[in-house]
Amino acid sequence: MKRLLAATLLSLAAALPAQAAEYLIDTDHAHAFIQFRIKHLGYSWLYGRFNRFEGEFSYSESDPAKSKVTVRIDPASVDSNHAERDKHLRSKDFLDVEHYPEAVFQSTSFEQNADGGALLKGELTLHGVTRPIEIEVQQIGHGPDPWGGERRGFHGTTVLTLTDYGITKNLGPASAQVELELSVEGIKK
Amino acid sequence: MGLRSDSRRYGWVAIALHWAMAAAIVGLFGLGLWMTGLDYYSPWYQKAPWLHKSVGILVLLVLLLRVLWRVLDRPPAPLGEPGSGMVYAARLAHASLYLLILAVAISGYLISTADGRAIEVFTWFDVPATLHGYANQEDLAGELHEWLAWGLIALSVLHALAALKHHFIDRDRTLIRMFGR
Repeated sequence: MKRLLAATLLSLAAALPAQAAEYLIDTDHAHAFIQFRIKHLGYSWLYGRFNRFEGEFSYSESDPAKSKVTVRIDPASVDSNHAERDKHLRSKDFLDVEHYPEAVFQSTSFEQNADGGALLKGELTLHGVTRPIEIEVQQIGHGPDPWGGERRGFHGTTVLTLTDYGITKNLGPASAQVELELSVEGIKK
Repeated sequence: MGLRSDSRRYGWVAIALHWAMAAAIVGLFGLGLWMTGLDYYSPWYQKAPWLHKSVGILVLLVLLLRVLWRVLDRPPAPLGEPGSGMVYAARLAHASLYLLILAVAISGYLISTADGRAIEVFTWFDVPATLHGYANQEDLAGELHEWLAWGLIALSVLHALAALKHHFIDRDRTLIRMFGR
């Protein structure tokens, strides 16, 4: 009887829509990073990041496909550790932050792979252009934090072609694409 | 022409300081306009800003020297009617020129040092960053630098036109005095 009840409850739980947990990306305490790198002349990697962004995601362990993520980025916060270069990156030649003051990523699907990784698809609006992109995602870890909260973190990578987003300033053949590295930790709401 | 000015003539130190700064400022303005449009692959992309910054810092130092010299070595009296509105306008314009040069130099310095980096003056010495790290400092300083530079050039043109007016309309020695006469 006990076993039957347990089985019934279990199947009932499975039949209910999977409840996805909501997480706020921890930008307040900077446990999230939007890094990029691009080749300089084809000779080395130049690294930079965006310092101001915010976002949230939902994640369901029982039905990962229901996971969603939204991130809004202030492109004026670009930081490549060189004031004059950052000024140039904000100008019309690149991000044109005066005309395009926000970049947004909005997910459209999340496919869990057998190897533990996942493919996050979505739309990125950058420099006023919205295009579909795919981000390779790894879940890094999750669980309680020492301060009474619950956290979950992911790492993602993708590659953008600058001209796809209307950024046509020619930096040379080796620098047509930018690699993005996204590291996010969410705090359960 | 002596080293120092007297009641009728400028001394050669004042004259040299005037023309050296005039040449440097016109040159910096042209260089600034040109270099900000350079392609990334131009051989001048690195060299032109380096030159601009080096000469700019030197202009700032020479300006300090010039103001100091002006205090020690009083210029000859203006040739306009004493106490007239034009004499006051000329004084105001000269003071504004000094202030604009100072403001253009400081705003330029604040662009390049916004991330805490020093400015290298040729290979002779570095000028360290002081005020840095303010939000969008390089953007604000950049806007200011450009507008102030245009203002400085506009006022310099007025200054030159006024000198020509003295020469051709008033037919006085104001202009030729700046050539040591």
